[in-house]
Amino acid sequence: MNIKVGMGSCGIAAGAGDIFYNLEKAGLKPAPVGCNGMCNLEPIVEIDGKMYTQVTDIDEILNGTKLPLETKQNQSRIALRNCGNINPENIDEYIGSGGYAPLNLTPEEIIGQLKVSGLSGRGGAGFPTWFKWQAARDSAGDKKYVICNADEGDPGAFMDRAILEGDPHTVLEGMIIAAYAIGADEGIIYVRAEYPLAIKRLETAIEQARERSYLGDKFDIKIKAGAGAFVCGEETALIASLEGERGMPRLKPPFPAQKGFWGKPSNINNVETYANIPWIIQNSGMAANTKVFALTGKIVKGGLAEVPMGCTIREVVYDVGGGITGGKEFKAVQMGGPSGGCIPASLQDTPITYEALAATGAIMGSGGMVVMDESSCMVDMARFFLDFTCKESCGKCVHCRIGNRRLLEILERICDGNGRENDIDLLEELSEEIKAGSLCALGQTAPNPVLTTLKYFKNEYEDHIKNKKCPAKCCKPLLTFSIDLTKCKKCSLCVKRCAADAIDDFTIINEKCTKCGICADVCKFEAVNVT
Amino acid sequence: MNCNCAEKLKQKLEPFLKNYTEGSLIPILQKAQEVYGWLPDDVLEHIARKTGVKPAKIIGVVSFYTQFRTKPVGKNLILLCQGTACHVNGSAEIERVIRDILKTEEGGITEDGKFTYNNVACLGCCSLAPAMMIGARTFGKLTRESVVEILNEY
Repeated sequence: MNIKVGMGSCGIAAGAGDIFYNLEKAGLKPAPVGCNGMCNLEPIVEIDGKMYTQVTDIDEILNGTKLPLETKQNQSRIALRNCGNINPENIDEYIGSGGYAPLNLTPEEIIGQLKVSGLSGRGGAGFPTWFKWQAARDSAGDKKYVICNADEGDPGAFMDRAILEGDPHTVLEGMIIAAYAIGADEGIIYVRAEYPLAIKRLETAIEQARERSYLGDKFDIKIKAGAGAFVCGEETALIASLEGERGMPRLKPPFPAQKGFWGKPSNINNVETYANIPWIIQNSGMAANTKVFALTGKIVKGGLAEVPMGCTIREVVYDVGGGITGGKEFKAVQMGGPSGGCIPASLQDTPITYEALAATGAIMGSGGMVVMDESSCMVDMARFFLDFTCKESCGKCVHCRIGNRRLLEILERICDGNGRENDIDLLEELSEEIKAGSLCALGQTAPNPVLTTLKYFKNEYEDHIKNKKCPAKCCKPLLTFSIDLTKCKKCSLCVKRCAADAIDDFTIINEKCTKCGICADVCKFEAVNVT
Repeated sequence: MNCNCAEKLKQKLEPFLKNYTEGSLIPILQKAQEVYGWLPDDVLEHIARKTGVKPAKIIGVVSFYTQFRTKPVGKNLILLCQGTACHVNGSAEIERVIRDILKTEEGGITEDGKFTYNNVACLGCCSLAPAMMIGARTFGKLTRESVVEILNEY
């Protein structure tokens, strides 16, 4: 029996560790595999190709009372080709799937194939990968570095974590090919400290690759754990952090390909970019025309989806993601994390390409896709992202450090019901100035969530400011709770659950009410009105 | 804040301090935090003396990265995810419940010394939103009720 258990971080959190242990105890030999993308169905056990989902009791699958999943998700997998299929802690399985194939190409031919494939940086910026490699190759110097950016900091994104946990060897092989192409002898993976399992599996993979001499004298890789700073995803900040400094970006040029780590030419790519490279080289420069997305939020089948470029947002949300939870209405999708923007449901037929997404005001980004329904307030979303960027701004540029703080204050007062008449104009003006006055992408893109929500959901801002109402019923200070006595059956459940003691004789006392919403949640008769 | 820790603890750091090379300050600080649980002033001074890195620079690095703590924490550290998916799924309400139960603000220690909670950017378990970690364990799909049950287990 060939048994695989999905043992990514999310699988383990859902209880895969216990399942694995129980299978072993039953005398079976399960193999741990990485995330296969169906996070909503964890823990997942695969036996001889049959997939059992949301497993709680192994007896149910062994005695046949639990039925396997009928169809697998329809995806085109390149970067994730091995995730969930092979044991990430066993190099032989990676080799068996075609990995570490001998390279019979010159460095120039490799860069040429990358150029033909059209691979662009999957970390967000979408810069042509071959160009970076060529620049690093052309830079003079006897010491060069290959760096992997695994500092996946976008809230709502976990593509890189899944690749590192599920198929670490493909990242190593991508880096080995890069080192050969540009002439580097040292590689560094800068990975988030919040990803302990990814670090552990990378360490195992590096050890195994050294034993087989894929790594060693000519080129070796070491891991550096990041210390928690979103801005370190910016390549010059990442280099500063590797050098033991505060991770603050610097002006480019010189680009890292010319002057990078310790002043030497360095090539920096993201995890997903490296994961595509062995596949491209094996297929002689075929276009790796997919992008991995982390599909989360109010979606039925949240998880990882690798979809072909050019498919529409609608296809991802409905065909791959199964639509919106609770039968609610699809309102918007947030793409590209704090640097990206909100795309409204009315534009859901936008094809997923770098250009089409940029035209909406959002960006492709690293692949976070947070789906929102009618209960998500767009002003609150903008406030949420600004709060994040304010905390993560390194403080070097005045516009980013202080300008974003002012943007946040304006958004906070709008959400609190203290918005002023000219606040919308002020937000727009300030946003443009921050974009113009910041050095790195963090500051230049920080106002994007504000600008896109203003562009598509201006009426929500106006409702908050002029009518002191939150149409999504999300901004608590703007809500009023009351009990409809015609529906109320006087069961007293709300009275019992109210922590503020604010319900007296089935009437809510506004002065005492903390607007936690628990009364509305527990009422079985929908007698609590929220306005 | 000083820890006045025993010399024995400082010795645990010796092998790392001895091998200090330019650029390895962050791994040393990470190691120190692993040993002490946080970064007390006297330990940072000790690191400065041994490595020759200026104390001001060390404080600069420590204050820059969110991983480093300059205050002690409770026995169990709760990391409450405030990523986008968790936010959309109601992490603010979960935080309110935790604050009510623990009767402490973010970063503080509960009276019985058992808990400290911190908000974190994203744990990467977005499909389990809202989620939190206590120690190495991850808890997902939190509700007002499940949070109470989980905290009672500790």
